[in-house]
Amino acid sequence: MMEVISKDTGKREMVINMGPQHPSTHGVLRLELVLDGEVIKEAEPNIGYLHRCFEKYAELMDDYAKVIPYTDRMDYVSAINQEHGYVIALERMLELEVPERVEYIRVIMAELQRIASHLLGIGAFGLDLGAFTPFLYCFTEREKILDIFERATGARLLYNYFAVAGLMRDVHPEFKTETSDFVKTFRPKIKELNDLLSYNSIFIKRTANIGVLPEKVAFNYGASGPVLRGSGVKWDLRKNDPYSIYDRFDFEIPVGSGELGTLGDCWDRYIVRVREMEQSLRIIEQALDGMPDEGDVMAAIPKRIRPKEGEIYTRTETPRGELGYYIISDKSASAFRVKARAPSFVHLSMLPAISKGSLIADMVAIVGSIDIVLGEVDR
Amino acid sequence: MKQPEEIFEYLKSEFGEEGLGFSTGDIGDPWILIDAALIKAISKFLRDDPEMRFNTLMCLSGVHYPKEEELGVTYHLHSTELHQTVVLKVRVPIEKPNVPSVETIWKTADWHEREAFDMVGLIFDDHPNHKRILLPDDWEGHPLRKDYVQQEFYQGVTTGA
Repeated sequence: MMEVISKDTGKREMVINMGPQHPSTHGVLRLELVLDGEVIKEAEPNIGYLHRCFEKYAELMDDYAKVIPYTDRMDYVSAINQEHGYVIALERMLELEVPERVEYIRVIMAELQRIASHLLGIGAFGLDLGAFTPFLYCFTEREKILDIFERATGARLLYNYFAVAGLMRDVHPEFKTETSDFVKTFRPKIKELNDLLSYNSIFIKRTANIGVLPEKVAFNYGASGPVLRGSGVKWDLRKNDPYSIYDRFDFEIPVGSGELGTLGDCWDRYIVRVREMEQSLRIIEQALDGMPDEGDVMAAIPKRIRPKEGEIYTRTETPRGELGYYIISDKSASAFRVKARAPSFVHLSMLPAISKGSLIADMVAIVGSIDIVLGEVDR
Repeated sequence: MKQPEEIFEYLKSEFGEEGLGFSTGDIGDPWILIDAALIKAISKFLRDDPEMRFNTLMCLSGVHYPKEEELGVTYHLHSTELHQTVVLKVRVPIEKPNVPSVETIWKTADWHEREAFDMVGLIFDDHPNHKRILLPDDWEGHPLRKDYVQQEFYQGVTTGA
């Protein structure tokens, strides 16, 4: 803590560090706050505590496929979605056909992961604001998804499950019934969560009208995912730039409408995530119906990955927003350059803009509402 | 919705042929190669022109090309209004890696340019906060250069190099 005299106003201001070990920063993030009393004058995020230089590893691996486990470790709460983007990029570079059964299993997995990730985001958001109980409710449900993942992939957090044009192994025989059981039991839980947290008046007081992000600012900063949709923009890559087989499913894009406060406030961003879980359930149901029972998920995996010379930028919709992979190939066995465009990195850069003038207690709500994962920010 | 070739022709009609080039690899996305001096004017034009409307900068990446002894910046732009995408590239010599910043045009560039400086060592002129972002300020070298050698010690602690 340090006291300084402001050059502009001549007032006494205080500079404090929030983090890097702060319970509501969702990892190791340090915010340098300049305060006038309780009001935030300036906020500067300091990142890099989890930096491992994923991009260098991706260049140094002697095989494109060996990078897949590293992608898991970027956004470790939605590892499946990180793998999905990477394998799609390689499939486009190699111009490979992906078997039907693989596509369906991938979509089911990706949507289950989206629900699991949103549950964590929502639960932790409530926890930041002092609501402990909903966190436990969310984790109970998330646990059921992780159980399904564990039986299918062998891991609970970092799966290494997707392969180029295939999967590392087939799902277990009860996968379909287990997943549809989960969908049935989970749907009423969303209503329970709404009663418990979404429409709780203390929660609304802490989140409505706080951290407002207008549409224009959101585009200028390159916001995506629930953060952009919270500002009322109907934009979802699953619909607007379809990849995999998302164009076959019927689902809606929930957007914020400022129903309890201002358009683009923390509550809007929060409720978009809750409503997205319902849509994910719809996609899972349709995918379970369409999924072929037969088919070898490992048959199409190429033994050797050697893309021709060229480069590609592929983006997919992860629970946090647009995850882009920019891959340059120079015909060798490893990539010349891999750049991961992480949504959390972009969203965190908006923090100074949306937190200016708010109270220090609301900073916690704002950081929680953009739902960052530091593993992905720092890569 | 315009294809990259059409966007290239459109840019040529506006800025002349000098300093613009169009190329493509054997696979994947084509790109427009732009002279570093032009990047800011072209970016602004691409954002504001009614037929372009590139309102988002999806990604900005720094690349090191050791053979040519050059550094490069790749800009991936997308227009959510007109649903078109274009890739721009700038190449600069490694001895003088200066590129004008596009931070005032798309705020996304703020942190991405800092990252490109940190990782590859590009210098973005007129960037309001030009410093490292992921690594500590006193780190030596730029890790994503192909000839990077990791320092053995950082502040007296071994880095595992």
